[in-house]
Amino acid sequence: MAAAYDVLIIGGGPGGYVTAIRSAQLGFKTAVVEREHLGGICLNWGCIPTKALLRSAEIYHYLQHPKDYGLIVEGKIGVDPAAVVKRSRGVSAQLNGGVGFLLKKNKVDVIWGEATITKVGEVSVTATKKSIMQPQNPVPKGILGEGTYQAKHIVVATGARPRILPGIEPDGKNIWTYFEAMVPESFPKSLIVMGSGAIGIEFASFYHTMGAEVTVVEVLPQIMPVEDPEIAGLARKQFEKQGIKIRTGTKVTKVEKTASGLTATLEDSKGATSTLSAEKLISAVGVTGNIENIGLEKLGVKTERGIVVVDGFGRTNVAGIYAIGDVAGPPMLAHKAEHEGVICVEAIKGLHPHPMDKSMIPGCTYCQPQVASVGLTEEKAKAAGYEIKVGRFPFVGNGKAIALGEPDGLIKTIFDAKTGKLIGAHMIGAEVTELIQGFVIAMNLETTEEELIHTVFPHPTLSEMMHESVLDAYGRVIHM
Amino acid sequence: MSINVLMPALSPTMEQGKLAKWLKKEGDKIKSGDVIAEIETDKATMEVEAVDEGVLAKIIIPDGTEQVAVNTPIAIIAEDGEDVSAIASAGTAAPAAAPTPAAATAPASAPAAIPVASAPAPAPVVATGGARVFSSPLARRLAKEGGLDLTAIKGTGPHGRIIERDVKAAIAAGPQAKAAPAPAAAPAAAPAPVSAAAAGLAVGMSDETIKKFFPAGSYEEVPHDSMRKTIARRLVEAKQTIPHFYLTVDCELDALLALREQVNATAPKDKDGKPAFKVSVNDFIIKGLALALIQVPDANVTWTEGAMLRHKHADVGVAVSIPGGLITPIIRSADTKSLSAISNEMKDYAARAKGRKLKPEEYQGGTSAVSNLGMFGIKNFQAVINPPHATILAIGAGEQRVIVKNGAPAVATLMTVTLSTDHRAVDGVLGAQLIGAFKSLIENPMAMLV
Repeated sequence: MAAAYDVLIIGGGPGGYVTAIRSAQLGFKTAVVEREHLGGICLNWGCIPTKALLRSAEIYHYLQHPKDYGLIVEGKIGVDPAAVVKRSRGVSAQLNGGVGFLLKKNKVDVIWGEATITKVGEVSVTATKKSIMQPQNPVPKGILGEGTYQAKHIVVATGARPRILPGIEPDGKNIWTYFEAMVPESFPKSLIVMGSGAIGIEFASFYHTMGAEVTVVEVLPQIMPVEDPEIAGLARKQFEKQGIKIRTGTKVTKVEKTASGLTATLEDSKGATSTLSAEKLISAVGVTGNIENIGLEKLGVKTERGIVVVDGFGRTNVAGIYAIGDVAGPPMLAHKAEHEGVICVEAIKGLHPHPMDKSMIPGCTYCQPQVASVGLTEEKAKAAGYEIKVGRFPFVGNGKAIALGEPDGLIKTIFDAKTGKLIGAHMIGAEVTELIQGFVIAMNLETTEEELIHTVFPHPTLSEMMHESVLDAYGRVIHM
Repeated sequence: MSINVLMPALSPTMEQGKLAKWLKKEGDKIKSGDVIAEIETDKATMEVEAVDEGVLAKIIIPDGTEQVAVNTPIAIIAEDGEDVSAIASAGTAAPAAAPTPAAATAPASAPAAIPVASAPAPAPVVATGGARVFSSPLARRLAKEGGLDLTAIKGTGPHGRIIERDVKAAIAAGPQAKAAPAPAAAPAAAPAPVSAAAAGLAVGMSDETIKKFFPAGSYEEVPHDSMRKTIARRLVEAKQTIPHFYLTVDCELDALLALREQVNATAPKDKDGKPAFKVSVNDFIIKGLALALIQVPDANVTWTEGAMLRHKHADVGVAVSIPGGLITPIIRSADTKSLSAISNEMKDYAARAKGRKLKPEEYQGGTSAVSNLGMFGIKNFQAVINPPHATILAIGAGEQRVIVKNGAPAVATLMTVTLSTDHRAVDGVLGAQLIGAFKSLIENPMAMLV
């Protein structure tokens, strides 16, 4: 019988390890069980390595347009796919090691293997059976291994995995998930991206910049379906201008392998079929929670459509068992998982945190141009019965944007006309993923248009457009 | 890590209370769930339970301190293994902002500054004692639009900050949380002429002026407890904001008295011969008023500036005299309850009211009320409406009187009742219909049993 913990977390992804550190800060004896890699998908196969890839693409893009900035680049400009991937893996490796360091520093025990909750208060850890995605970082030192562990509170933070469409199962060769798309041996000349959420669009943007002919196939009538339709429309226009082909209202019904790659059969909303050939296909049709094989069924933990049912503090229907992050439901975002984990252990501690407010979770997509948003879209605000005031400000009216050579973009704000409450903000254009947080703070502090209007924004910055957008909502825009 | 124990809010509208008594001493071990102190709120004494475990390292606010603001640190609990004495000595210096007993006689509060509509930015909101009330911009705007006084709202945001949800809850809670007239913001012990004048209300004499009428030493000063202050504040508020008018009728009681005897005779008895219930005349009156309110639904209302709240059930408050004051527990949905149920609920309320053990939710709210002074031989009186009620029924003594029946003198048992009515909500004819329905039920009491 091994050590007894106050809090044991199953899964060392961004939700799990942040939960563990917060738990340790609160004085709990804490452990994390991880089967494959500290930092989870986010750090090893998701958010972080894709940002590294996209940075290479961004610089490559600039190098191809030196004259726009009055520069001369002579000689051959090219891409070394192996080096681009190596850089991306290096970034992940560095941060992976950082997570191990942080856990150690906070005296969190790391238990290596696959966990099953055998009963409330007890977890059995066995050696990892899952086939490990390669390349991997070395297993950290000083870890605990197989055995039975006692814990007063067990937090399930097992994350999610790519959703698989029957008949279009990824084979790792021609049909990829984000795993294979992250570490290609060479960059394909042609590519079909199935699904236009953040993952699909980011890979479409990356491979297009790297020279591939890319077609995005989306079953819904709008790309980036969770985003404001106006913003998604502008994004589509930009992508198409760059040369990315987009087929909305269309589904992939069949994929056949050919000598040079594959041929996909597409069916549009009217039922008309066509075929499309490409070297590779990325399946990015969403993710599904990892709820299996951790003992939830046996304990009667309530799950629904692939996720664990929890309250605003991560509590399941079984006392002593909690769930946070992707496995506890959408939006499946690292920052949401981290925050849920913190709330969960603070509630265990009796600190009375406020339950998760999902209406203020920002979302960012790092395609070119970037898209970022928080709160309600214009459509959803109207559907929710709000009488709204909408402000818009285009990048072309902003000095800094022009100086950067980034005149395409829009910042849109949505206010409740009755109270002046900021209920949504939607952005497209350069660096908007860094701008959105200003509005997230504003929403959390319950600012109204009045305080935003009275706030001084530094000049010259892109952030001035946030100000102008608010001014526009109240008929006071200056630079338009 | 030491834990600050904060002054709890025992009801949604509580802003301050009296720390009546510590039940634990410094150095005592504390388990989660232990009752560590008693707090006297508006009308009740409540127990404070510990949430955390450890040792009571330091009492910051001593016994008997009045006007302790919600969320003020009142004590420090040291967790296991912590140096209790270090915390205790550090603790003495830290909470400089916490009220001390001397602060109980603090100067009158400034009136809450409600920003005017044309102001470019919300004026800072001034609270009791002049401290800033922390609130979000959206909360300030909603409070302004809803006509609420932020100082009367308890914040649940970080560090007790008032946020949107608190203001919405206060609006939903109804008019009792509405902007109290200015005197309510001031401690009753120290009238605030400035704030009263600002609200355009008549100003009472100052304490000093009043005391000059009496030779020094010819009286003793008995400090107000929080119940006395609440009674003073609420009744001044009621009389200054509610346009009262009064309707009086006589009800014949003979049929009711006869029915009461029959009903009580049928009560099942337990093995000691104690009946399961003993219905009083007052229980009939509660039930009668509740049914009358349902029969005349336009009178079962509450006035708010925005709308008339028309209630679906009749929640009847019953004034209960207790040492040092009175309290009005509410019989919820009295229209749907049997006489025996009402009777037993009243007995429970009365017993707990005397110990000041009623919970705020048991005496807040209601749609009308009964005040009965019949047992003291009072023939007739007019009661003050207790907001958010629109009416209150004052009950006089049941007594035999000679009346004229069919042109001849006859003896009957009569009870005079007077309905006080909020004219904003219930007009004269409507009030007459309500009291008429009540009279009819009292005089034909079988209707209350079916």
